[in-house]
Amino acid sequence: MGPYLLQQIVNALSAGSLYALMAVGLAMVFGILRLINFAHGDLMMIAAYVAAFAIGAGIPLAVAIPVMIIATVGIGLLMERAAYRPLRGAPDVAILLSSFAVGQILQNGTLLTTRLASKPQQIAFPSPDLLSGVVTIGAITIPKVNLVSFVIGIVLLGLLSVFVTRTTLGLSMRAAAEDLGAAQLMGIKVNRVVAVAFAIGSGLAAVAGLLFAVQAGQINPYIGFTPVLKAFIAAVIGGFGSISGAVVGGFALGFLEVFATTVTGLGDILPPGSVAPGVREFLQQWLPSSLASYRDAFVFVALIVVLLVRPQGILGRRDRGDTL
Amino acid sequence: MTGRSLVAARLAGIVVLSAGLALLDASGQAFWQGLVINLAIFLILVVALNLSSGFTGVFSLGHIGFMALGAYISAILTLPLREKGDFLPNLPSWLAGVHLDQRVGVLPLGFFLATIIAAVLVSGIAWVVGRVLMRLSGHFVAVATLGFLVIVRVVLFNADAFTRGSRTFSNVTPYTNLWWAWSWALLAIYVAWRLKRSPYGRDMLAQREDRVAAQAVGIRVMEPRLLAFVVGAFFSAVAGSIYAHFVTSFSPTVFYFDLTFRVITMLVIGGMGSVSGSVIGAVLIIVVTEGLRRIEDATLLYGLSQIILAVIFLLIIVFRREGLLGQRELSLDRWIARRAPRPVEQNVPPPA
Repeated sequence: MGPYLLQQIVNALSAGSLYALMAVGLAMVFGILRLINFAHGDLMMIAAYVAAFAIGAGIPLAVAIPVMIIATVGIGLLMERAAYRPLRGAPDVAILLSSFAVGQILQNGTLLTTRLASKPQQIAFPSPDLLSGVVTIGAITIPKVNLVSFVIGIVLLGLLSVFVTRTTLGLSMRAAAEDLGAAQLMGIKVNRVVAVAFAIGSGLAAVAGLLFAVQAGQINPYIGFTPVLKAFIAAVIGGFGSISGAVVGGFALGFLEVFATTVTGLGDILPPGSVAPGVREFLQQWLPSSLASYRDAFVFVALIVVLLVRPQGILGRRDRGDTL
Repeated sequence: MTGRSLVAARLAGIVVLSAGLALLDASGQAFWQGLVINLAIFLILVVALNLSSGFTGVFSLGHIGFMALGAYISAILTLPLREKGDFLPNLPSWLAGVHLDQRVGVLPLGFFLATIIAAVLVSGIAWVVGRVLMRLSGHFVAVATLGFLVIVRVVLFNADAFTRGSRTFSNVTPYTNLWWAWSWALLAIYVAWRLKRSPYGRDMLAQREDRVAAQAVGIRVMEPRLLAFVVGAFFSAVAGSIYAHFVTSFSPTVFYFDLTFRVITMLVIGGMGSVSGSVIGAVLIIVVTEGLRRIEDATLLYGLSQIILAVIFLLIIVFRREGLLGQRELSLDRWIARRAPRPVEQNVPPPA
């Protein structure tokens, strides 16, 4: 039980750090513009494709990763300029819809590009050696990529926290998130702040996309959809718009998912004699392992509950007029 | 303008439409028939979505989930017993023996019943879901309803005994024809139209425009939202049933975000809050999609049509956010009124 539990905790931490990386990107943009950028997941997808093509072409990782990040950031900035800036001040739903359209364009653009390059739609991700294989520590075995995800997640989030609290640009960003209009009146160049937020968010999405692709093993133009939904849930749980909230929410979601997966089927894996037979029967009856495939549904129920009970999330403040 | 000529004009409209459908029916042009049935299905979906997203301003991304449930429920009900035994061996016994294939003359009453049962059940689900979700506003409700869509999808994929999971649900009897599809489409349009001008509809619009002001004058917020959501779910389920008995085989992957986005595109282009806008949006997008699909097939540039549609959508949102019609309606009545010889009195209230 001990190693098993430890392994699950590591899994949760690694999934959580990926969610946190994505959720932070979403939350940063949301904090300033109140835009839920659904195309965020498609940035991940594009990063994964760029990385796949670069690694597949034999380009060393030290070059491929910067190329991937630069390309993704470029697309992120382009999308902000073309689709979101003209809509600043528009109703929430209009901006949300425009992000769906952007997502469609990115997905189908990728589809079209793979087609023009006469590559199949779904490709196996050429996992770099650095990220493949497992690490064995004592009794537990961890896929290397999970460990790397966790370490990279912590490092990037740490850097981000320094940026947001210690630099002028970071402070302007927080000011813009507080009140866009007032920040503008104080002489903060809002367009630049928004562009920086998108750039950082896209960069984080690129890294998350690479790690996600390694974990998934396969990529197709539609892989961004589910992670962005999860990242959104993470951000909501943590308190939308707050960067630290997104981190907390990311890890909370990681644990929630691992918990939902392990608690189903628990009746079968508990070592004999560790629980009363009645408890085991109860678990087998009501939480059979077949329920595990309902994990995503469970997570969304959690989202809806959070939206209703505590819409401001764990760390967020009460927002203006989002519920009756 | 007399009431009688209005009725006559509406009757004339229905006659023209019926004549068109009869002509198409007799022509034996399967491709065009399919396209026109498809149009009717999308008309129902757009109008149903418009009730929530347009009239009440509670933007829903979950209506395709209702459609999916409607499709599966009605298809299970009409599936012939032998197929049921073969495809769905684990169906609970109370469902396994159900086969709605009754006919009255040429009319497949069983199909009609299955559609109604599915729609009513789905409305019940919508009522429960709506009771919870209609408290939210803005993009939070959008994402929460998207969550509902994901939940439906996960359930459809996993409820093997009922849906065959990810495998194709097939051998559904092809009951859907031009007449069924268009009768339901006209009914959906009519209901939405009447609802918009009813006291309930005005409550919907009022709480959308200014929630606090509406509440201050005693207009309730929850009830109109819930009504729009449930009626929308009813018709979405109907569209699902028509779809299921039209394509005859489908899987859960159909009922997801691409379809959602397509319906939203129709809605936004036509104008949220306008029933005639929904009709125009559906017709436009169906025609444009079909044209683009042919270009795609000819050039093999798959994905191009989606990109073009998304760009059009983006341009509309940026430059003409209210869509083509906004909340206005194209009114046959007013059009006739303008063409008819001037009536004696000018200030006749517009007929409901």
